[in-house]
Amino acid sequence: MKKTVVTVVGKDSVGIIAKVCTYLANNSVNILDISQTIVDGFFNMMMIVDVAGCSKDFGTLSHELEQIGGEMNCIIKAQREDIFDSMHRL
Amino acid sequence: MINIYEVLETNDMIEKENLDVRTITLGISLLNCIDSSLAGLNEKIYNRIVSVAKELVPTGKAIEKEFGIPVVNKRISVTPAALIGASACKTTEDFVTVAQTLDKAAKATGVNFIGGYSALVSKGMTESDELLVRSIPKALASTDFVCSSVNLGSTKTGLNMDAVKLMGQIVHDTAKETADRDSIGCAKLVVFCNAPDDNPFMAGAFHGVTEADEIINVGVSGPGVMRKALESVRGADFGTLCEKVKKTAFKITRVGQLVAREASKRMNVPFGIIDLSLAPTPAVGDSIADIFEEMGLQRAGAPGTTAALALLNDQVKKGGIMASSYVGGLSGAFIPVSEDQGMINAVEDGALTLEKLEAMTCVCSVGLDMIAIPGDTKPSSISGIIADEMAIGMINQKTTAARLIPVIGKGVGETVEFGGLLGHAPIMPVNQFDCSSFINRGGRIPAPVHSFKN
Repeated sequence: MKKTVVTVVGKDSVGIIAKVCTYLANNSVNILDISQTIVDGFFNMMMIVDVAGCSKDFGTLSHELEQIGGEMNCIIKAQREDIFDSMHRL
Repeated sequence: MINIYEVLETNDMIEKENLDVRTITLGISLLNCIDSSLAGLNEKIYNRIVSVAKELVPTGKAIEKEFGIPVVNKRISVTPAALIGASACKTTEDFVTVAQTLDKAAKATGVNFIGGYSALVSKGMTESDELLVRSIPKALASTDFVCSSVNLGSTKTGLNMDAVKLMGQIVHDTAKETADRDSIGCAKLVVFCNAPDDNPFMAGAFHGVTEADEIINVGVSGPGVMRKALESVRGADFGTLCEKVKKTAFKITRVGQLVAREASKRMNVPFGIIDLSLAPTPAVGDSIADIFEEMGLQRAGAPGTTAALALLNDQVKKGGIMASSYVGGLSGAFIPVSEDQGMINAVEDGALTLEKLEAMTCVCSVGLDMIAIPGDTKPSSISGIIADEMAIGMINQKTTAARLIPVIGKGVGETVEFGGLLGHAPIMPVNQFDCSSFINRGGRIPAPVHSFKN
């Protein structure tokens, strides 16, 4: 399992989650956890996903997610989970 | 499992508070390039660097992309050139060709600095050391990415005052050679006492002879993250303040550790050390001086600044040491002037002087760093400032350094613009009283006694 954290930050609008989830499903990326919150009026969503089944390399996946974000006026980032684990877990 | 608040905290550090990994520095031993023919030496150096470091920049970029953390600099450090060139280089011009080879190799690999145009002369200078030192002005003027350093003393050997005297002149000459570019050559030249073998930061990085063939050293950063974290403990007592610094340093360092391990694995080069330094940049908010202000000082340089720096430096080490398996290099807080907007403001407001900076270097990780002084400062006065800084390192068993920039054609009240990470700096006044009779004595200052510490 190769865990990746996908974050979506931007103004709330209809269909953000649907669009991201559709893209992930089409690329055989399994969603393990999903949560969201509003900070300073901005929509923040985080997904923990498993990219082990995805045929695309990490760079392509993250670039395409970024483009989807651009279309919906929000910022989508994909980062390997290790950076958060390193910082917040002993 | 990681929760959304932890993810947001990390990403806020990266996006809003300038958290980054400051440098991945690949140390390369050039001992196996030694050759008695100059052409042979240069060819071997070039081929070795280019073959070992070809994956450095792509690896750094891939890590950046996958973890979402900027890896600002990818750099190379090599074995001190005075050792490598000892057999082939008979003149200063011969050494300059080695610098040019290093520059060419740096450009071919895409790194932004290469360090190790260096000599270690803490007790004495060999003929080769002296040739290298005397070649520094031309070498730095005729290259773009080469950084040079000279170790002038240590706690175990004392200070080589002949070399201190010579370096005053060399700093001056380097400034003159690059006078058309605001004496920028001096920004790539640093002198040390107790220089570490594994420092990943420029201009002082070199690959020490105690190191393996190749090694990955990583320098972390994060003054902006620290300042932001301290906002939450405004007005609290020192115990609370220190805890906050420690915990924040831990988080910053863990990211550095992750990047270092990953780079080491991908390049199949052993991991050396993490350098736990808070390294500021000219970006607003990414400043050590701003941390002092957050701690309660009106400006960096106000009474209390040395104490503030001491606690900052010590707590950063305490937090960082737990976060990483191997810590080394300079590790602490850097207090450069030109690279830190808050320090620049403090100088411009008259809060921070050269003398206060010198006092601060007693408790921080490096020394007098990126300090612009009037271009007409006498070489003997430069040597005097260097000698003072080296003495602090020698007596206190710590690394100290001096990177002074006498800006030719400029005086106190003017500023100098270097651009990029080097920033800009107001020219600081230097004490006008003469020290040449002291510097001209020559010889060595003996190693200090290691007992009776008062």
